[in-house]
Amino acid sequence: MIEVKNLTKRYGDKRAVNDISFKVEKGEILGFLGPNGAGKSTTMNMLTGYISSTSGQILINGTDILEDPKKAKSNIGYLPEIPPLYVDMTVEGYLNFMFDLKKCKLPRKAHLKDVCDLCKISDVRKRLIKNLSKGYRQRVGLAQALINNPPVLILDEPTVGLDPNQIIEIRTLIKKLGKRHTVILSSHILPEIQAVCDRIIIINKGVVAADGTADEIAKSITNEHKMTLRIEGTTHTASDKKEIADAIRSLSGIKYVRADMEREKGIYDFDVETDGKTDVRRAINKLCSEKGWNILMLQLSDLTLEDIFLKITMGEQLVHDEAEQKKERPKINIVLEEAHAPETEDDENNGGEQ
Amino acid sequence: MGAIYRREMGAFFTSGLAYVFLAVFYIFSGYYFYNEVIASGYTDTSPLFRNMFKIVLFLIPILTMRLLSEEKKTRTDQGLLTAPIGLWEIVLGKYLAALTIFIIAESIIFVYAVILAYLGQVVWATLLGNYFAMLLLGAAFIAVGVFISSLTENQMTAAVFSMAVLFFLYLFDSFSDRFSWQWLADLVTQLSFYNRYVEFTQGIFNLTSVLFYISTAFLFNFFTVRVLEKRRWS
Repeated sequence: MIEVKNLTKRYGDKRAVNDISFKVEKGEILGFLGPNGAGKSTTMNMLTGYISSTSGQILINGTDILEDPKKAKSNIGYLPEIPPLYVDMTVEGYLNFMFDLKKCKLPRKAHLKDVCDLCKISDVRKRLIKNLSKGYRQRVGLAQALINNPPVLILDEPTVGLDPNQIIEIRTLIKKLGKRHTVILSSHILPEIQAVCDRIIIINKGVVAADGTADEIAKSITNEHKMTLRIEGTTHTASDKKEIADAIRSLSGIKYVRADMEREKGIYDFDVETDGKTDVRRAINKLCSEKGWNILMLQLSDLTLEDIFLKITMGEQLVHDEAEQKKERPKINIVLEEAHAPETEDDENNGGEQ
Repeated sequence: MGAIYRREMGAFFTSGLAYVFLAVFYIFSGYYFYNEVIASGYTDTSPLFRNMFKIVLFLIPILTMRLLSEEKKTRTDQGLLTAPIGLWEIVLGKYLAALTIFIIAESIIFVYAVILAYLGQVVWATLLGNYFAMLLLGAAFIAVGVFISSLTENQMTAAVFSMAVLFFLYLFDSFSDRFSWQWLADLVTQLSFYNRYVEFTQGIFNLTSVLFYISTAFLFNFFTVRVLEKRRWS
């Protein structure tokens, strides 16, 4: 559906996008992830023909965007970072304008009604865009992209500035759209990408740093396997902690054990890292039942997208700081846990960004 | 092109710009119509048109200033440039919308003609010649204004810069007798917007002048397209 080959964009000496290649198949939802300034928007602007590439090729549905821009563009619905809204028009007037602009042949009334219903803006159709809230504007922007049912949807940070409920709505909508359209969506918000996308491309400093599903990316960059254990000792004294840690450490296949804080009286958390080949869960269970300890929690914590992202985007630095990090691990783990708790909490964080 | 044309026409009226433009145009043309035509006792409309040159020169930049600059500023150009339409369609849609407003303004002359017809004998050939001359002038100046609007993100910059450029074009031929080389003086006279315009108002229909204005309009629209094209490549 979309094929990008060796795409490069140079601004003077600076390479904003450097030799990016990827393919997106029909019906796939691809997430572009990267820190601010990584080249996400530049890439999307090239994909949609807003700016040209310095070198490389973009094929939309088999059509080169530079050779036959009109045909290629007619296959794309684009929601830029700032929705291209004429604020002195009504929603209806604006959508009618976009309908004409895209030379849409579908039945006007029915199609616009569908799009408005889908984006939940039917109740504001008669209102001026300048009087709409940010959330509504974003949805009008999305509606505009959906006009003419383009097979490819390119959405640049579609949930920026929305409140938590709206974010969930938009995500659900994008997932729904992903069934009929090929979607490329960019974000620097990790949970969003994870929640919506089938496949992720991490862009950093203008190059593709990783490409695949979250799991594939995780596997490709690490062979660590971590879990968190919560165990209740027998004596309820401080000696439990050391005893348990030592006992687990002595099991085969365990690379690393670190006792964490005391959660409740006599109950401790342990971060355990295995060699990745041995499944130690049963061994741990057996050990505990022999010693009379109670396992209150066992949680596998494979690398989260957050870990991957940090690892990739801050790559070398992270390796240098590896030693430091091991010492500080409890702190980091807590942060990750918080950041990765239930979805609603992430949404609140995102919503707070407005 | 149709979509952009209709949107711009709507925007001219919803923003009130069209009303301001028309009002100011009618005030000045009315003043000159009364002072130069009615009061003189002749039905010759040429003095009215000669005087309107300077007014048009300052009014057209108001009409064209936001056409492309605002698109760039509000990033709505992303919507236009990623739509399946060509750059010419975008530029011409906007250009023709501004030209339409100008034609609406200029057509007030037919109201004056009716008044004149009531008072005396109207020389329709001169009047239509004048009307046509101003139309050509507007077509050329609007193209210049749209071009300047494409160069900046700021409406005011576009307006002031356009006024300066149009004023320079107006004064252009006054340089001709400053040159010692005859060919250069001739060239400057040939490129004078004002001389050609005055020639029309005197009732002389010169095909070269028609071509001159039309090619200026075409050239500047072409430049505008190039500016939009270049922005993509930079």
